[in-house]
This record gives sequence, C-alpha cells and structure tokens, in this order.
Amino acid sequence: MSELLQTPLHDLHVSLGAKMVPFAGYAMPVQYGLGVMKEHLHTRAKAGLFDVSHMGQVKVAGEDAAAALETLIPVDIAGLAKDRQRYGFFTDQNGGILDDLMLANRGDHIFVVVNAACKAADIAHMKTHLEPDVSVTPITGRALLALQGPSAEAVLTALNPAAKDMSFMDVATLDLNGSDCWVSRSGYTGEDGYEISVPAEDAVELAEALLAHEDVEPIGLGARDSLRLEGGLCLYGHDITTETTPVEAALTWAIQKVRRQGGDRTGGFPGADEILSQITDGVSRKRVGLVPAGRAPMREGVVLFADEESTAPIGTITSGGFGPTVGGPVAMGYVSVDHATIGTTLYGELRGKRLPLQVAKMPFTPANFKR
Amino acid sequence: MKFTEEHEWLRPEGDVIVVGITEHATTQLGDIVFVELPEVGTTVSKDDEIVVIESVKAASDILAPLDGEIIEVNEALGDNPALPNEDATGEGWFFKMKASDPSQMDSYMDEAAYKALID
Repeated sequence: MSELLQTPLHDLHVSLGAKMVPFAGYAMPVQYGLGVMKEHLHTRAKAGLFDVSHMGQVKVAGEDAAAALETLIPVDIAGLAKDRQRYGFFTDQNGGILDDLMLANRGDHIFVVVNAACKAADIAHMKTHLEPDVSVTPITGRALLALQGPSAEAVLTALNPAAKDMSFMDVATLDLNGSDCWVSRSGYTGEDGYEISVPAEDAVELAEALLAHEDVEPIGLGARDSLRLEGGLCLYGHDITTETTPVEAALTWAIQKVRRQGGDRTGGFPGADEILSQITDGVSRKRVGLVPAGRAPMREGVVLFADEESTAPIGTITSGGFGPTVGGPVAMGYVSVDHATIGTTLYGELRGKRLPLQVAKMPFTPANFKR
Repeated sequence: MKFTEEHEWLRPEGDVIVVGITEHATTQLGDIVFVELPEVGTTVSKDDEIVVIESVKAASDILAPLDGEIIEVNEALGDNPALPNEDATGEGWFFKMKASDPSQMDSYMDEAAYKALID
C-alpha cells in the first residue's frame, strides 16, 4: 500500500486494529475489531467515529461565490442562510450527476465537501468555470471526522456546550479540545451527528478525545456503507453517476423551487433543459428502495424483472446488501416507472434464480435527525 | 482433519466426510448473513461451486472438495447463518458428503501444513 495516500489518522487506525484497504487512492479502515455488523449496530445505538479525511474540502470565496456555484449546481445556494448547509450535486450537459456534495454558507466563503474519488475532477471543474471571478481553494491541511449516532450530541457537548444548540444542517466554528474546528450537524448514516473539519496536526488528539467517551467506537468504511444504504442515501459511482439525472435518482427535493421552471433563478446550470423538463414531464425510470423477500442479499448488478418468466429486464440494483438494523437484506436500484409503486413485487435474478423483492419506502430505518 | 487451500476443512466421520470453513476463513469473511446450501442427493464434482456464503461485505463460493454425493446439509444455518463465525469447526459445518474416491482426501493439507499456509 506504499503508493496510497494516508489520512492524518492513519497511525491511529492501525493502532486501533483497523483492517486497512485501498479506497479512492487512500489507505482507509474498512473495519476495526468489532467487525462491520457490530460497528453498524453500535453507531445506531450509541455513537461511531468515522475518518472521512479522504473527502475533498474546498473553500469557494469571492463576492459572487454563491451565484457562481449556482452555474454548476442546480441548488439554491444564494438563498442559503449564513451558517447553514445543504446537499447538492454537480450536473453535466446531459443532466447526469458528476458528483454529490455538501455546501455550507460560512459568510465570507462557501465551504464545499465532495467525494474522495471525484475531488480532483470537482476542483478542476470549479476552477475552470468559476475562476478568476471567485477563488477555488482546496483545503489540504485539515482532517474530516464524522461523529454519528444518538450519543453524538452528548459526546460533542462534553467538549463544547455550543454543540447542543446546533440544529440539523447548522454549521459553526467551535473550539474542540483547543482546536478551531468547522462543525456541521450532519452526516451520511441516517443518524443525528456531526462532521468536524479539524486542523491535521490536532486530528489525532481530537479523535482520541472523542474515542475516550465510553459510548464512542471507531467505525470503518464497511459499516459506513451499510448505514448509508439503510438510510436510503446514494453512493456516488453506484446509485448516481453521469448516466443518472437527479430526477431519475429521486433527488428532485434537493432542487429548490427557485431553480425550477417558473423560479426566480430558473436553470442556468449544466443540463438544465433536460433536468427541468424531467421535473415537469416525468421520467421513464427512477431510483427506488427494494426489500428482498428472502434472506439472500441482492447486491449491485442484480437485474430486475416484472415477473418470473419475462425476458425483458425492467431495472437493475445499484446498491444492496445486508442491513444489520433491518435484520435482513435491503437494496436500491433503478426501475421503470410502471414498476416503481411502493409495494410492487419484482423479481431479481440471483445465481440463475428469480427471487422476489418488493419496492419499498426509504429510508429503511427511521432517520434520527435533530430538526 | 484435512484442509484445502480454499480454507475448507474436511473431517471423516465413518464413511461420511463433514465439510466446513476454517476459523481463519470466517474471520476474513466477517459476519455471515446468509448461506445457500446444495440439495441433499446432489452429485457433485470436485471444484463445483456448491455453497454460496454472503457476509456483510460480499458473496463468496465454497467449492466441492471431492467428487461424491451430498447426503446432509446443516439446516440450522437457515435460522442462524452466523454459526460458522461462532463455531467454525463444530456447529458451523456446511454439508456432509459421501466421496466416490476417498483417496482424493490425500492431496489435502494436514493441520500443521494449513497453519503454515495462513501464518
């Protein structure tokens, strides 16, 4: 793994007994001693600490930074209140998704967090289209931690009481363990929690301070994946790609009315014609939740059919596996809209057999956000 | 008891051979959440993929270690697929088979050789 990048927490992961694997060019912990199942359940019961330092942190600054970003992202950024965060995505000319991301209004800049595998492309994309009117500055000297689960509030409040006053999607600069941290009340597990950008040189000490709480365990990428799957949250490169539009991906909720047809700042982003007409006219396929009837997990790539005999597929699974909290298999995928109604029985072809599964509401486990 | 390079163990019990996977294998796989077993009475050839194991991470196949017939499968794995995680060489067995050529067993490792392989 010598050519892999390491996060500031690398040695801590190794000392905690993590199994390290290559992920998006980094050596990352896939699991620790508890294993994926127990790590997942612990996060939902108490709190888990995740190292997400491989993700890209970017400052976009300048008088018109919000307006500039709106030329690349179909989201209301100019209307985002100071110290509030929102989910979004870069789109391409065809309406496909280049990456999904988080945007926070920090007053004098917009703070953007993007996926590790896409960060070089995302930064180049922003620099090409936005500079020199606004500045695009990758933040390389900071780690990113996620503290997730019902105990997260109590754990972080012990380090700074102001953590308690934050609502879901609030952002703030907080002193944690003597270090200036950029904190958001958010995450990607379906649980309440925080994401914490911390100077790299303070990251290990902060992680150790959080892990010192009896409710906190370190959690690897394996459980991060099963948690976000149960949460009905998309994984870029799998559930959303340049081949899927936000409307097909059931992410229309993230495109505020002001950017849609008839809105004050309608369109003006790549693929706007396609995306806005899809919002009005509908799409032929969409992303849905799927619950296999049996115990066998159905994973990415499983082809879906309307019945046991038909030869024409009506969809494909894009993420799937065992949901530890659900206690059984769960999946998501794209199906033609005539088969997308909740409760519809479909069949997935698994090892030559057609096995039933049902279109289901997401998330598969109730979200525990502090609104 | 004999061991394969695929991390299966084979334990002769009379004229029957009990097959499972090693503790090393279950540790590598992680928590097992589903096991698909062959049907009793199936005739298998060595290296046929006859069991599918799904862990929280991925699906993997177990190969028939010998030519022969499946004469019993561990039905308890239906209710508790994690049995191999808990007791790999005991309660967590997968199937019992009758070998058509028991001498095929000779090519497999003894415990010392297997331990050397995984160390």
